[in-house]
Amino acid sequence: MTEMIALTHLTKHFGPLKAVDGINMSVAKGEVLGFLGPNGAGKSTTMKMITGFLTPTDGEALVDGIDVVQDPVAAKRRIGYLPEGAPCYGDMTPLSFLGFIAEVRGLSGAERRRAIDQAVARVEIGGVLQQPIETLSKGFKRRVGLAQAILHNPPVLILDEPTDGLDPNQKHQVRDLIHQMAEDKAVVISTHILEEVEAVCTRAVIIARGKLLADGTPEELLRRSPLHNAVHLDVAPNIVEAVIRDVEAMAGVGTVRRDSSFSVKATLIVTSKSGAPIAPALAALLQDKGHDVSDFKTEKGALDAVFREITRGPDGNAVSGGAGHA
Amino acid sequence: MAQTATLSAGVPVMRNIAIIAKREFKAYFATPLALVFIVIFLALTGAFAFYVGGFFTRGSADLTSFFAYHPWLFLLLVPAIGMRLWAEERKSGTIELLMTLPVSTVDAVIGKFLAAWAFCGLALVLTFPMWVTVNVLGTPDNGVILASYLGSFVMAGAFLSISSCISALTKNQVIAFIIAATVCFLFTMSGAQLVLNFFQGWAPEVLVDSLRSMSFLTHFDAVTRGVIDLKDVVFFGSLIVMWLFLNVVAVELNKGR
Repeated sequence: MTEMIALTHLTKHFGPLKAVDGINMSVAKGEVLGFLGPNGAGKSTTMKMITGFLTPTDGEALVDGIDVVQDPVAAKRRIGYLPEGAPCYGDMTPLSFLGFIAEVRGLSGAERRRAIDQAVARVEIGGVLQQPIETLSKGFKRRVGLAQAILHNPPVLILDEPTDGLDPNQKHQVRDLIHQMAEDKAVVISTHILEEVEAVCTRAVIIARGKLLADGTPEELLRRSPLHNAVHLDVAPNIVEAVIRDVEAMAGVGTVRRDSSFSVKATLIVTSKSGAPIAPALAALLQDKGHDVSDFKTEKGALDAVFREITRGPDGNAVSGGAGHA
Repeated sequence: MAQTATLSAGVPVMRNIAIIAKREFKAYFATPLALVFIVIFLALTGAFAFYVGGFFTRGSADLTSFFAYHPWLFLLLVPAIGMRLWAEERKSGTIELLMTLPVSTVDAVIGKFLAAWAFCGLALVLTFPMWVTVNVLGTPDNGVILASYLGSFVMAGAFLSISSCISALTKNQVIAFIIAATVCFLFTMSGAQLVLNFFQGWAPEVLVDSLRSMSFLTHFDAVTRGVIDLKDVVFFGSLIVMWLFLNVVAVELNKGR
């Protein structure tokens, strides 16, 4: 695996505010890294430092081995970047805008045409190439921004909230696109949408208050959920007490909680004590005892629960900083 | 592979400046700004030359009455061209796009400046009917006229470098315009008693003298008399370089805010 992005003690202060506070991490080729965190956590600021827009207060950022501060132009050549909100020159058409980007990226002639055609086809903006960008819908604007980022087939792709404001179909399309391109690139995306992390990311980091709080595959993060590998059971109300008694006695079971109770069925949530799978043993036990279960499903655990737990401050309040716009 | 070739190819600096200048120049024509500006510039230069300057009644075949009002027109019109250069980029967030492309801040500042300057040049060139008129009516000294055009163009560049730099200090184009126009006014008037009176009496003579020597009017008058003195060229040239340098600093300091 080749390390395409390496951050060492990356720090950014805005006056007294520590927007990014000593982040260490690396992203290899072939990885899609999800950048998670509440608003103002320092996600965008970190991305702005990797892309050379902001100068770090301390620490360094290497892109493909090149120090972004020492040789910004060489580093920027290797990066495709979609800034937050996908800013574009509104008075240009997508075609002239992409033409300009291609020129700045050093593409010319047939190579330039091919790059533009390819990017246009990938994000499917062929129908609006001649309309001023400011007249386009939010979804199209976002896609023009994406086309601009992938135009020069960069080895490093940094996308700040690439699916923000898109409808479900467009979101799906963008995720497919990221999947397709991930193979030979290092991709970093920031997002609030946790399902997106499970859908496209091979790895996720959670940051809050400028600090890196968790780093792992989406599965590893899910494992931190108290509900990881928990089982939902629907049983008839008349046998609930018996079921609870039997299940609680089973090895490996953490807690048994009665979630809701209607006249026809009661739902029980059985958590795993160690996070290990308990479903097979539980199913065998229920069959053994002859309990009639109308529904049985395992839970992977919700990433948002993990996210909330990790990003909450010591006082239990969700953390939000003042650097959201920066 | 084609990709690696693209990445390793060193793109010459001039190329980047040209690409940015081209985009910026076209941007003036994407909105009615270019048309409005050129029409008003031509109308005002004509009106001042004929009505205020007495082009016909002077009875001499030259364009003195035409050029005499250029500093005053530029004072208002050039900041209007320069105000959007950086303020608009910051307002719309495109500055983040521009500054993460493989171009240096210096390239971007020079490219944008050149585009706006070329636009000023175009407006000046379009006043050619004045030159045609004076040549039809008499036999003017075309050397002096050419020198005056060049002087006017270089002065526009100086006004523009001030406007561009101030545009990088704010996200608000109107504020950029007002401050730039004020600073341009001070530079234009620094030779006039209005400004000098303020300093005379308490400031050292050296300061008053150097203030007097900073006046655009003095230097422009020298050029329009047909004498292209190295001193005047160096004055405007170094002023442009200084303000563009400040412009680069302003962009670097403010881009993330």
